[in-house]
Amino acid sequence: MLDPSIRDQLIGIVGKQNFNDSNEAKLVYSYDATPNFQSLPDAVIMPENKNQIQSILKICSEAGVPIVPRGSGTNLSAGTCPTEGGIVLTFNRMNKILEIDEDNLTVTVQPGVITLDLIKAVEAKGLFYPPDPSSMKISTIGGNINECSGGLRGLKYGVTKDYVLGLEIVLSNGDVLRTGGKLAKDVAGYDLNNLFVGSEGTLGVVTEAILKLIPIPETKKTLLALFQDMDAAAKTVSAIIANKIIPATLEFLDQPTCKVVEDFARVGLPTDVNAVLLIEQDGPPEVVERDIKVISAICREGKAVSVKIAQSLEEAEALSTARRSALSALARLKPTTILEDATVPRSKISEMVRAINEIALKYDLRICTFGHAGDGNLHPTCLTDARDTEEMHRVELAFEEIFEKAISLGGTITGEHGVGEMKSPYLAWKIGEEGVAAMKAIKYALDPKGIMNPGKIFAKDTRKRVVL
Amino acid sequence: MNQKIKNEIQQGFKERLDYDELMNCMRCGFCLPSCPTYGQTDQYEAASPRGRIALMKGVVDGIIEPDESVEKQLNLCLGCRACEPVCPSGVKYGHLLEEARDIIQQKKKHTWPVRVLRRVVFDELFPHKKRMKRVHYFLSFYQKSGVQKAVQKSQVLKVLPGNLAQMEKILPNVPSRKEMKDRPASLPAEGTAVRKVAFFTGCLMDTMFNQTNNATIQLLQKAGCEILIPQQQGCCGALHAHGGEKNTAKRLAKQNIEAFEALEVDDIILNAGGCGAILVEYDHLLKDDPEWKERAAVFSRKVKDFSEILVEQNFIDKELSLSNQVITYQDSCHLRNVMKTSGAPRRLIHAIEGITFREMEQADQCCGSAGIYNITEQEMSMQILDYKMSKVKATHAHTIVTANPGCLLQMKLGIQREGMEDSVRAVHLADLLLEAVNNEGNL
Repeated sequence: MLDPSIRDQLIGIVGKQNFNDSNEAKLVYSYDATPNFQSLPDAVIMPENKNQIQSILKICSEAGVPIVPRGSGTNLSAGTCPTEGGIVLTFNRMNKILEIDEDNLTVTVQPGVITLDLIKAVEAKGLFYPPDPSSMKISTIGGNINECSGGLRGLKYGVTKDYVLGLEIVLSNGDVLRTGGKLAKDVAGYDLNNLFVGSEGTLGVVTEAILKLIPIPETKKTLLALFQDMDAAAKTVSAIIANKIIPATLEFLDQPTCKVVEDFARVGLPTDVNAVLLIEQDGPPEVVERDIKVISAICREGKAVSVKIAQSLEEAEALSTARRSALSALARLKPTTILEDATVPRSKISEMVRAINEIALKYDLRICTFGHAGDGNLHPTCLTDARDTEEMHRVELAFEEIFEKAISLGGTITGEHGVGEMKSPYLAWKIGEEGVAAMKAIKYALDPKGIMNPGKIFAKDTRKRVVL
Repeated sequence: MNQKIKNEIQQGFKERLDYDELMNCMRCGFCLPSCPTYGQTDQYEAASPRGRIALMKGVVDGIIEPDESVEKQLNLCLGCRACEPVCPSGVKYGHLLEEARDIIQQKKKHTWPVRVLRRVVFDELFPHKKRMKRVHYFLSFYQKSGVQKAVQKSQVLKVLPGNLAQMEKILPNVPSRKEMKDRPASLPAEGTAVRKVAFFTGCLMDTMFNQTNNATIQLLQKAGCEILIPQQQGCCGALHAHGGEKNTAKRLAKQNIEAFEALEVDDIILNAGGCGAILVEYDHLLKDDPEWKERAAVFSRKVKDFSEILVEQNFIDKELSLSNQVITYQDSCHLRNVMKTSGAPRRLIHAIEGITFREMEQADQCCGSAGIYNITEQEMSMQILDYKMSKVKATHAHTIVTANPGCLLQMKLGIQREGMEDSVRAVHLADLLLEAVNNEGNL
């Protein structure tokens, strides 16, 4: 329960219509896209500018009220679930593209801009913003920055952090911090851009961002390589990279994933083979032609039973769009889908795929795998039912083994979804107690009262280690 | 709403809402951009499909009570079902919504004017063809006797709440008693019959939009169809099912199934997406009725929009032309999202010589008509309509084509609100096609 005087002060800042603590509002801002996490906030607040956010944070800081910044709630690690109550802060009224600077190749945006809207707006000017998380048609740039979202094009073009040039951030005490700028080079002190990107809302509230743009590739081509042997498909991924070709996209889908995606999207994905690689190359036409030829040859050598090239841009686009629906489409099969995004060095991809299959067998679970194979970022997804506690326990054990395996191969517990609350018990496995201590030191230097998205990234000692 | 009613609604949700379906929503949010009310409420999560499913599940799980705000949010949903085709998990949102609304309506105590109105509309009027006709004779008299002009001049309509006065103006010219003859049980094809089909007349379509039904029948005849029109058919029950009167909807469904199942036809044709959507889901409506379930499924499989059959019968090869004009097409939500017909109407319009077809942005989004939504949720409906008209205007269209009576009236209302009566018209696809096939410019 929010103290009535705090409530009045908050209403005073944003107006009655932009503060909502009805049962209805509390319920619909109690979740994100992470299964089995739900917790009611005390209120939802919808500010319209930086000044309002400064005032809100000052009040909440003094009163010790948690602040959970939330974009569109597509988070997959419970990062935007208000597990400790408090105020959910939304950016639906801060959703403008402020400037597309064609001289400096930058775009300046407010955090509530929908990723796909941004991509379309810059493409209309012949420019390109590559980070393309699967949720891009609804995710916000603010969310992408806080999670350092990846996507299908990460392999060749990098992820969100590679495109953030400058940020405006409101700190928990209400101070405003400006980092970076429209600069290709800038070493004035610590690289605070990279500190805030991926900080999951635990350090401050991003209120504006300057993003880097690049010229849009002239053309692109997409192919599907079909395999009966999953291992052969995974080895082909490594072979393509080892041949010094970096495709724009190199996605892996196993048979069950292909089946459900095809069931939903009807784009002609094969459903009778055990694994499919969806590969896209972009660039000047002659380079694309040459690379696609070489990639086709590598796939055939790698025992692909068939290699199909998309005949038109529309067909290619339909295939990538269908791939983006994979996780949600898998939800067709069972009531609960729990996915992870363990990531390994790309040379280890076949070993990781094999390990996931063995672990699934060991714990008698149904785990489907798809993901950004080209950058080693896989999405093993367990199909289960949250009501079956016995099976849920096995799911927990299986994912622990998957994390362990990934780390032992030189990988990480999360490539692009963030630690959130879901993976916080495993953070120390990847970065060690020293790493956790260093991160906590940063956290409390910037947010001494701990009001910024509490309970995320760092597991509480008192909490039992759980997957869910 | 008192505590007892809240408890009863909660119990109803627990017993009747399909929990597996509620869990099937994995909350990815892919539905959000397709939802008109989410867009019009500055992206308020509660006004989205994901939010509404969460509210229903929240009630079942006992996290919240089914209070007025929950009911209000469920009522604010247009039921356009645009969220379903874009849902990768395949959540049957429409079924959940319909069930939840039905439970609330059954448990709720309406005020007496609402009770009377619901009774008149749902029980006394729509299910009875003769009474529907009588209302229309009255309307016809009203329009043709000069009373309408006098009334409009006298400005007494200004006392009507909200947009009802505007709506009165856009009512189509209703055919007189003489023009509205009973239809024969069968009509021959023009030339050799190559296909035998049954025609679902609907209630509004056969009274207020009688001419559109006539046009549709003529088009089918021209396409080589022999047409059977069973006399025992009645209202489709869509308004009832969406309005929380499921039992009446079921009764009407059975009446229609009986009327059509004796006929030896593979296709049941109609020209109203709103009716079609419930007809193709009679099997779902009657899923718990063992005697009717299979019969309903047989019926539902046969239902098709007239545009589909025209395309199948190569109607586009006929000579079709119209004077130079820009045409745009507004999808009927239920035709598109439930009957899955969106290509055929466009192909037919494209086939007309002399016109320019210009697709409007978000033609697949609801116009705000949504059955009786433009009366029950006027404010949101008009907000959505104004947004829609901004998209229409961007095409510079002279003609807006739709394929459902509710959408047609709403488009007419939109034209009027924008003051574009002199330059823009709204027509049903069947009327447009008849105009195009009969055009004197054709050789």
